[in-house]
Amino acid sequence: MKQIWVLLTCIVWLWSSSARAVLTIEITEGIDGALPIAVLPFDWQGEAGVPEDIAAIVAADLQRSGRFAPLARAQLEQPKNQLDFGFWKSRGIDHLLVGKMLPAAQGQYKVQFQLFDVVKGEQLAGYSMGAEDKHLRKLAHRISDIVFETLLGVPGAFDTKIAYVTATEEKKQRTYKLAVADADGMNEQIILSSRQPLMSPAWSPDGKRLAYVSFENQRPQVFVQTISSGKREMVAANAGLNNAPVWSPDGTRLALTLSRDGNAEIYVLNLASKRQYRITRHYAIDTEATWSPDGKQLVFTSDRGGRPQLYQISLDSVGRRVSSPKRLSFEGSYNSRAVYSADGSRLAFVHGKEGRFTIAVMDLKRRSMLVVADTRLGESPSFAPNGMMVIYAAEKGGKGVLEAVSVEGRARQRLGLQSGDVREPAWSPYLSKR
Amino acid sequence: MNIFKALLVLLFSVTLLTGCPSTPSKDDTTGGEGGAGAKGSGDAAQIEGQGADISGGVSSMSLEDPASPLSKRVIYFDYNSYALSDEGRALVELHAQYLSAHPESKLVLEGHTDERGSREYNIALGERRAGAVQKIIQLLGVDAAQLQAISFGEERPVDPGHVEDAWQVNRRVELLYTEHR
Repeated sequence: MKQIWVLLTCIVWLWSSSARAVLTIEITEGIDGALPIAVLPFDWQGEAGVPEDIAAIVAADLQRSGRFAPLARAQLEQPKNQLDFGFWKSRGIDHLLVGKMLPAAQGQYKVQFQLFDVVKGEQLAGYSMGAEDKHLRKLAHRISDIVFETLLGVPGAFDTKIAYVTATEEKKQRTYKLAVADADGMNEQIILSSRQPLMSPAWSPDGKRLAYVSFENQRPQVFVQTISSGKREMVAANAGLNNAPVWSPDGTRLALTLSRDGNAEIYVLNLASKRQYRITRHYAIDTEATWSPDGKQLVFTSDRGGRPQLYQISLDSVGRRVSSPKRLSFEGSYNSRAVYSADGSRLAFVHGKEGRFTIAVMDLKRRSMLVVADTRLGESPSFAPNGMMVIYAAEKGGKGVLEAVSVEGRARQRLGLQSGDVREPAWSPYLSKR
Repeated sequence: MNIFKALLVLLFSVTLLTGCPSTPSKDDTTGGEGGAGAKGSGDAAQIEGQGADISGGVSSMSLEDPASPLSKRVIYFDYNSYALSDEGRALVELHAQYLSAHPESKLVLEGHTDERGSREYNIALGERRAGAVQKIIQLLGVDAAQLQAISFGEERPVDPGHVEDAWQVNRRVELLYTEHR
């Protein structure tokens, strides 16, 4: 199959709500066969200026997914009647999104939109939604989700967030920050700032809390923090390592790495009782657990075979080990830091071969592996909750950046800081009821 | 006393051997860990002999003297390995002698790795490196209460570069004296 790599040079500078430059997004590779769509500017009938350009947010979302090719705003010449399907058809457009926004009560807006199949000349979706002004971006992402699901049959993951760690020099001192932003890099919120390393953010299944590692007490300890309130609790502070936390699918336990018994092993921590149950027993390094969505398996990194490879172990309903570890990865000299997709069918992980550290995806049923990002120093892959994209950390121009790639490795985008490193991305679960 | 010394050397060698990861693979960097470990046994005996000669010297050495061999406080490692080189072992032994002679002194062993591979695995690898150094120092008779090991993995590189020159100096254990005269 002939694959054409479309190189898009559009670089969008993004500004947070406080008008401070945070993440920049660059779409580096598009996809062949992306669906052409026209997203018309939403009609605005208020007195003051338009509070948010909904159509621009939706078009950027759709473009970033790699599955859509929205007509650029500059080329968006409109017919007299927006719904002149013949006009759009003649310009090679298959789908059309139109909408309007009206002021409602104080600080509230009503947004209506319709999605049309231009070829068949019929409406595919039509909704009316309301939101406060500060939630208009979120509303736009929900519209993107509806368009995505209506046209592709797969839920969109635009109305989601990413957590990540930044490392910058501030006043000649290294500063680490744990941040949460919308999936498009906007609305960055700093959750924690420290002079000591912060590591390994992990979302709770309900998307309300983050577990992470902080060295604030001069050694690694695991904390759980509620994002909205900032309330935090230290949950693991044994001697030695307290690292690599991940949540059980029901949110009551963490799997994590402790070396309290002399060597890095996987444990399960009950968050209510704080009891720790040992899972692995081996003199080699065992770390980086990921919990299968059905709760029955853990996959982890172990160098028990001499090199880091992925192993799988079965758990019973209370999180006790019921099988001996079974090796999962056989290609390449270094396979580590696996993460399950939300449907449990795939793993994304770091795949090292011939001196390169790439990002690979394994289909667990077929046991087939695909390198989705041929990075030199790739790390920390994380699936979008719909399983369509993987976000990971890479190095570009001497700096740590985040990149997101579609799971078949075709569409790609990059998120970076203007200065300093950004790393360890963790894509949130779905945050709104569906 | 001699028997005791010989026993120590033996223990020391055995630890080095068993403490090494096995099966180095072809497609990674040089310096197979298995090889380094195997070499250890003979050299350890040699170093033990040397140590006996200069031990009196070490105990009277000052940590502040930049000309002192004790001013060297970093031990370097091969890629994905926690086996000590001959040079590294000799340096660790020197510090062990100092610590034995100064029971009031305290040492933090900081394990670090290069940036390649995953961060949490590197934290565990850094712990292995610090642990390998700690084990040797304790086997040479230093009180465990004088020692504290911690790993920063790849989080605190000395050289922020993304090439082998940088990686080489980042794969290390730093010896940090926290209490001494």
